[in-house]
Amino acid sequence: MNKTVNPNELTSDDDYGPLYAARKKVYPQSTHGTFRRIKWGLMAFCLGVYYFLPFVRWNRGLGAPSQAVLIDLPNSRFYFFFIELWPQEVYYFTGLLIVAAVALFLMNSVGGRIWCGYLCPQTVWTDLFYAVERLVEGDRRERMKKDKSSDPMNLERISEIVLKHSIWLMIAWWTGGAWVLYFNDAPTLVKELVTFQAPMIAYIWIGILTATTYLLAGFMREQVCTYMCPWPRIQAALTDEWALNVTYRYDRGEKRTSVKKAAELRALGEHVGDCIDCYQCVAVCPTGIDIRNGPQMECIQCGLCIDACDNVMEKIGRPKRLIGYDNDINIQRRQEGKAPVYRMVRPRTIAYSAIIAVVGGFMIYTLATRSLLDVNVLHDRNPVAVRLSDGSIRNAYTVRLLNKSGYDRVIAIDAHGPANLSVHVIGVDSVTPDRPMIVIPRDTTSELRLLVTAPAESNPEKSMPVRFQVTDIGLGEVATATDNFVAP
Amino acid sequence: MTDHSEVDTVTGKSTTGHEWDGIKELNTPLPRWWVISFYLTIIWSIGYWIVYPAWPLISSHTTGLLGYSTRASLAVELANLEALRGEKMAALAAASLADIEKDPALLALARAKGRTVFGDNCAPCHGSGGAGAKGFPNLNDDDWLWGGTLDQIMQTIQFGARSGHAKTHEGQMLAFGKDGVLKPDEIVTVANYVRSLSGLPTRKGFDAAKGEKIFAENCVACHGDGGKGNQEFGAPNLTDKIWLYGSDEASLIETISQGRAGVMPAWEGRLDPATIKAMAVYVHSLGGGK
Repeated sequence: MNKTVNPNELTSDDDYGPLYAARKKVYPQSTHGTFRRIKWGLMAFCLGVYYFLPFVRWNRGLGAPSQAVLIDLPNSRFYFFFIELWPQEVYYFTGLLIVAAVALFLMNSVGGRIWCGYLCPQTVWTDLFYAVERLVEGDRRERMKKDKSSDPMNLERISEIVLKHSIWLMIAWWTGGAWVLYFNDAPTLVKELVTFQAPMIAYIWIGILTATTYLLAGFMREQVCTYMCPWPRIQAALTDEWALNVTYRYDRGEKRTSVKKAAELRALGEHVGDCIDCYQCVAVCPTGIDIRNGPQMECIQCGLCIDACDNVMEKIGRPKRLIGYDNDINIQRRQEGKAPVYRMVRPRTIAYSAIIAVVGGFMIYTLATRSLLDVNVLHDRNPVAVRLSDGSIRNAYTVRLLNKSGYDRVIAIDAHGPANLSVHVIGVDSVTPDRPMIVIPRDTTSELRLLVTAPAESNPEKSMPVRFQVTDIGLGEVATATDNFVAP
Repeated sequence: MTDHSEVDTVTGKSTTGHEWDGIKELNTPLPRWWVISFYLTIIWSIGYWIVYPAWPLISSHTTGLLGYSTRASLAVELANLEALRGEKMAALAAASLADIEKDPALLALARAKGRTVFGDNCAPCHGSGGAGAKGFPNLNDDDWLWGGTLDQIMQTIQFGARSGHAKTHEGQMLAFGKDGVLKPDEIVTVANYVRSLSGLPTRKGFDAAKGEKIFAENCVACHGDGGKGNQEFGAPNLTDKIWLYGSDEASLIETISQGRAGVMPAWEGRLDPATIKAMAVYVHSLGGGK
């Protein structure tokens, strides 16, 4: 970027070069090979999931949403296939985020920026937009020629540009459209959207995401990774000498010569590098760098230069993987004539895997044993205890019952404590003495005011624990909560 | 700064001349779009100055072309809220007191409304949880001076006690000592007799028969036979464990000598009927309601 400067020449501010730099537009060339195929496959998978998941149906019974994945904000529910989460269970997301973060760390310690090169939405959509660009305007050389051309625009060129941006905008619009479908019943919302009856907020979100997709994938592209994203900076702190990064094996590549010269020199028995300086690795790079300069901040490690180089090596009859997933340790070992060593299993990867296993296991365990009936109890703060006219003592509690199931429940409430306690719920006439029963509709909570009275003869001296037990009369399902019974 | 600047041998770029613990910063220029975005945000902020309230003046501030004001939008929000509450409170006003307690939704609304209004109007005397204080009844217990049914509680809230309202509860504890009706030794005797009614220990040498006689002549009219109380006059039950002004001998002597006449204001006219209804349900639901 900057010209090389001699420190002695630096005399004024101007000598430091410009304060800002124009972007060098990147024209990645198409390529084919193993990593390109992996990228196509992952792109199809990721976009397929993103665009079509909202349309997957899941039967939850009458009155419940039938969308497999739904973020129901107005009703504060999150649906994921057989799972239905309430706002207070947001810790599942915390667990998910921990697993996701550590999975990123693990990926990084195994194969560098795998996330950046293959899975990041910025990479996936930029890749898709490049594919469109290539289809409409041609490959690298043609696009460069067209951009540099000083000829006046003709109809063909104008139609190309219009077509490219139209397709981009359609993809971007579909991206924004799919986003809002996760927050509402997808088929209904699609119907409303096309008949212009959807809520304003849906159109606003589609507009925002259309704009960001179009701008970030169509124009910002690699600059998002280079200048905006924090993950490349964080991952530098997470990598180690054993991590496999896209590496130019300079032990094999140097010294660079032409094919012809190399053949001549080899015939003489001299050491020649395999790199023929064809710049194919630079041509295909979506961030416009030369991998032969060593590991660089801009490199997203997508492996496309590996494919490009392999294709060249195949043609000139040299072994593949002059560029490959490797590390400096192996380059040095090869230079010393030793066999390369790959250590996937090392303390770092074991620790990350263990964290994923423990957190993931804990989440699965809590999810599997999660109760669909719950009770929370809050003791009255003022007054903590009331003396009644006959000398008995009463404490009042706010009880919240949670019915997370898809059916109405009949609940009985018992209070167990040392003294002979009686229980009453305001607004509920007990059929069974001291065992109030109430109905909680499906998928709701009920807040009750519950009074517990200890008779005068068994007045407690100090506070004593009370266990509240709620029982689903029909199913026998039980939930408990403990609190204290306090004397005045 | 120029003195320390040098060329990085690896990248061939110049450094900024800044150094932190041996780490030097390369002089990497910002991308142009970044700089342009920065200037755009400055231009955007000028737009803000013009359309929104921005600059303080000596006694006011610039109001902006849109005329936006947080106070005005608060007023609109509050009006919307009031309209929303209006619908719900109308349902409360239409339902009978007993029906409100039977309907979980109305009960929750009445309790929420009642709690807020209680905090604003009743808590200064009765305490924030209705626990009361000396002279101000505890509303959580089951001992009621003027009755503890929903209707009776509502009546007391509406018209008060000794409030001066035409329909208020009347009746007071007379000052038997101050007015010279009873002599000091008779007051001590009857105070001990009252203590004996609820099983509290009495003073040594206390004449129970004399106490009973004084009680029958002076107190039964209001407090009833055996001191069971009378809600007609707000005369408390003297046989239970709850004492508004204290059950010790000194407190009782003071009560009998000086009399008691606590005042509960009438809330009719100060609070709308639906709110009074909500408050009656709230107080009833504290736990003592009959």
